[in-house]
Formats: sequence, structure tokens, C-alpha cells
Amino acid sequence: MNLVVCIKQVPDTETQIKVGADGKSINMDDIKWVMNPYDEFGVEEALRIKADKGGDVIVVGAGPKRVTEALRTALAMGADKAILIEDEGLYGADPIFVGKLLAKAIEPLNPDIVFFGQRAVDDDCGLASSSVAEALGMPQLAVIVKQELDGDTIKVQRPVEGQTNVLSTKLPVCLTAQKGLNEPRYASLPGIMKAKKKPLEVKTLADLGVERDDKIEIAAINPPPERAPGKVIQGETPEELAVNLAKALREEAKVI
Amino acid sequence: MDYTIPENLALMVETIRRFVKKDLDPISQQVEKDDRIPDGIVEAMRELGLFGLSIPEEFGGLGLGALGECLVYEELSKTNACFRTRVATNNGIGSQGIVLDGTPEQKERYLPRLASGEWTACFALTEPEAGSDAANIQTTAELVEGRWLLNGRKHFITNGSESHVATVFALTDKSKRAKGGITAFIVEKTYPGFSVGTIESKMGMRGSHTCELIFDNCEVPAENVIGGQAKVGQGFKTAMKTLDKGRLTMAASALGAAQRLLELSVDYAKQRVQFGRPIAEFQAVQFMLADMASQIYAARQMLYHAAWLRDKRGSAVIKEASMVKLFCTEMAGRVADMAVQVHGGMGYMKDYPVERFYRDLRLTRIYEGTSEIQRLVIAREMLKA
Repeated sequence: MNLVVCIKQVPDTETQIKVGADGKSINMDDIKWVMNPYDEFGVEEALRIKADKGGDVIVVGAGPKRVTEALRTALAMGADKAILIEDEGLYGADPIFVGKLLAKAIEPLNPDIVFFGQRAVDDDCGLASSSVAEALGMPQLAVIVKQELDGDTIKVQRPVEGQTNVLSTKLPVCLTAQKGLNEPRYASLPGIMKAKKKPLEVKTLADLGVERDDKIEIAAINPPPERAPGKVIQGETPEELAVNLAKALREEAKVI
Repeated sequence: MDYTIPENLALMVETIRRFVKKDLDPISQQVEKDDRIPDGIVEAMRELGLFGLSIPEEFGGLGLGALGECLVYEELSKTNACFRTRVATNNGIGSQGIVLDGTPEQKERYLPRLASGEWTACFALTEPEAGSDAANIQTTAELVEGRWLLNGRKHFITNGSESHVATVFALTDKSKRAKGGITAFIVEKTYPGFSVGTIESKMGMRGSHTCELIFDNCEVPAENVIGGQAKVGQGFKTAMKTLDKGRLTMAASALGAAQRLLELSVDYAKQRVQFGRPIAEFQAVQFMLADMASQIYAARQMLYHAAWLRDKRGSAVIKEASMVKLFCTEMAGRVADMAVQVHGGMGYMKDYPVERFYRDLRLTRIYEGTSEIQRLVIAREMLKA
């Protein structure tokens, strides 16, 4: 089995995000970069399929040189090989374009399954996977929490509003992983030592014969509005407190 | 000067950070109450490779240098100290005698098992009459009919009750003592005449057990002298080399705990309201936080520098290691004291982790060489030229 996992490197969810000086990007100083948490589910699932059915797990990422770290983490978890499409200006690019770019690198790998996280936690788009499926002519089964392989048929479960959709299709397929699919393993310390010796191939846009072709651009990034401070209702007795609360809800908050 | 952490070490720190946050810290108070680390956690530590940090790669360990080991311990020490202690005696003083001075056969037999955590090792030097004066041990070893018979009693042995193997120091020539009369032995717990005595009740470090080891005509094969027959009488040197190496990692552990105490104190000061505002707005509290942060910063620089120096030289950095152990552990004591003060009454309560760090850190100024012994070492190294 050729199992490919696409990985995005994103700011750690504990990082305080600040808007950059241009108002269109985030301030990159002091950001801790990690593998997108949803992509970890993809890596874990691919490793489990490999353990069960055999094959190779190849992880693919696109972006600046620092993305190497996320790819090495996947190698340390147990992936066999990594490909980095290195380009300093790729962070924040049109996800449809990024998908086309990834497809160029993935196609020669002749994949049976291409995994993605269901979305990246930085821009929340969740579009690159669809773009790859489209470019490679694969069906896409998105936001899955369970998969079963039987020969060249795959059956998946996808939660929707209190029910579960069960979908099935033939390989090759593009899957996007949702929380609940599995519990990702740690990159163990011996795994990290081994990862140093695993192949990590670096390609450029030119190597893949691709030019930037973004259809959308980020016009502005606005931080969420600051939350107004809470208000303590004053009053000596329960009755007085209730009256003042009701008054505040009606006259100030205008909710009753 | 470039203080960039190498990529593979940065990845290791990240793994430990996540392990601490997800698996260790949530049970840290429970472990304190039960005085026991759950088996599943020890197994997870084995899988992560934590038992083999300092054992060479050819024997199944990670072969980390001083900087790598220090970074791992710094991160692992941001929760209950017993987790770090569970692996540290194995990586450090327990196995290092074999790594440094063992015969090829000894390395082959013990190191792979210790690296995987299948077996763990402890270090048995201290006795009731031999603490800082380590050469004053009373345990004897006598060669009788081709095997060694050990007699005596070791105490305050960390992980002694959990270990499969002990590095034991005994007198083979009373007249020579440290100058050729002490020998290091590898003792397996199944050897006849070996037993575990009292498990001590301590001020802190709950979840980690410290005990007596009793040798009553304990039979040790002749080939279990560390380094073989030629090293009979050379055990004191092995002990000192082993302890030298542990000083940096002990400092790293104190540093990690201090960093966690600073983080807890900053968080608490921001949310604790008195006199109508968060206490972080009062200068009295700000000054404590600033002092804590500055001392931690200084400690980290000297630790990383000494670790880097040791890796670069490939040999002991005796004076620097003692300076680092002295400064980092004393610094952590001051930080712990301020952390309790910032937390006020809450800092004294068992339901909150600050008082646990305060008690646990007290030990770092005592074991593997007291602060006073470190000062003696520093002065001796400085004045000997």
C-alpha cells in the first residue's frame, strides 16, 4: 500500500496570535510551530494501516524550511519518507493552489490513500484536500472517525448532526481525519533518533513545474474584538439583586 | 554565541512536554497521595525510550550527550519529581558505572536490558556512617572460593526496592579505603543473601522509594567486579566519575521545577484578586516574579553552557558541573520559597502543587553531593593549579 499523508505546519494552539504590521498576515516572531493536530490523526491511521496491511507511509508538506520539523515529527512517529515542497512565501497561500501543488508531488507516488487532517487549525479552510482529490481524480471522504479496508474497498464513518453516515468507495481515495479516528502516538525518543537517518526529499515549485496561481488573497486579518468586562449586580437583599438584574438584562443587555 | 537547540533535541523536548501535560501532570497529585506510579505510566516511559537516555546506541540506548540529557530532564521535571527519579537513577548513577568502566561482557549483559527499562538499576554507596564522607563505608567484600561475599548495609538508596541490579561499593582492603581498597560490584537482586530492608518515609519525593539494602553473605560472582579483576580496589574512582556526570542532570531537574513554579506563580498572580485588583499589579509581587525569572535565566545559561562544554570536550567538567549543581539547586530553593509566598495560603495547601515542589526541591541540595561538598570541589579545582 502506498499511504501518503499531507501535513501542514501551524502555530501551536497555545500560541498567542498577533496580527502582523501589514494587517494581512500574522506576526511570525516567537511562534512555536507544530504539526496540525488533525494531521496527526492522519499519520497515526496511515501507520496503523501499514502495520496491518504493509506498505510505505510517505509524508508531504509544503512551506518554508521550518516545515522540516513537522515532517521529522511524522518520521519519528514511524513514517518512512518525507517530501518537502520548499517555498518561503507559501504560508497563507490560496489553499486550492496549495492542493494543486501537493497533487504534483503526490501523483508520482501512485498513492492508494491520501490522508489529510479535516482542516488546519490556523486558517480553518479545509480546502487543500478537496483540491488534491480533484486534481488526482479521486473520491474524497471527508471528516471521518473510522475506516475499514477490505481489499480495494474502503468503508468509512462520518458523524453528521447526531447520526453517522457510512460511506464506501474504491481505492485510491482521499480521506480527511477528524478527532476520534484514533489516539496519535508520541514521537518516541528512539523514533526521533531514527528519523534523522530517514530520507527527506526537498523540491521547489520549479522542480514540480508549477507557478504561483492563487485565485484569492488575504485582504485583512482582524483580531477578535476585546471582551467587555463583566458587571457585578449590586444589591443588599435577594429581592433587590433580582430587580437590578432584571433591569440590567432589559435596559442594558436588551435581552428581555 | 549560538544557543539554538539542535532539531532532534528540540523534538525530544516537545515529546516530553506533551507527555508531561497529557499523561503525567494530570495524575501528579494522585501519585502523591498513593505514593506510587501506576504501572501503565512506567510502561509508557519505557516505550518513549526514557530509560535509555545515556546508554550508548550500540547497546540500545539513545546515547544522548550532556545537553540532550539535561534538556529532557528539565522538561520532565515540570511535574511531580518522582517521574524523573524513576528513570534518572537508571540513566545516571545506576548504569553509568557499567557504561564508564564495565567490561565488554558486563555491557553486553546489562546495558540493553537497562536501556529498554526491562531492568532498572540503582546506586548503592551511602551508608549510615558514609554520607558526604563516602570513603568511610563499612560494607565489606571478601573473596571466598572464587566468589565475593558481601556483608553490610546500605541506606537511602533511591529506587532500591524497584531495581533488578545495584551498583554496590564495598571495602576489599580496609587499610587502603579510597586509595585502592574500595571495589564496585554489580549485584543482581536474585543473588543469595541480598534483601531490601526498610522503605523510608521522607519529607517529599513521594512516588519514589528510598530504602535500605542488606547484604548478608551475599554471593556475587567473581566476574561481577565492575571492570573485571583488574579493577578490584578501583571502585572509589568509578563512584566519583559516576557522580561527576550526574551533577549537570540534577541541576537540570531543579531548573525545570523552578521554571514550572514561575509559570504557576505568574498565572496565580494574574488571577488572584485582593484589594480590588490582581496581585500581579502590586510591586511587592512583581519584584518576586522578576527575581524568580532572572535567577532562572542565569541558571539556564550556565547549565547549557557547561553541558555544551562537556559534550565538546568529551570529558568531565568537574568545576563547572559542581558550580552548576550548586547554583541551580540553591536557586530552585529560593524560587520555591518565593512561589509559596506569591501563592500565600494557597501555596501551603496540599491540594495545590506548589508545596509539593517546595518539599521535593529541598532534596536537590542534599543528594548526589550536598551544596557544601560542591563548594569544596569548586575550591579544590580552583586552588590546585
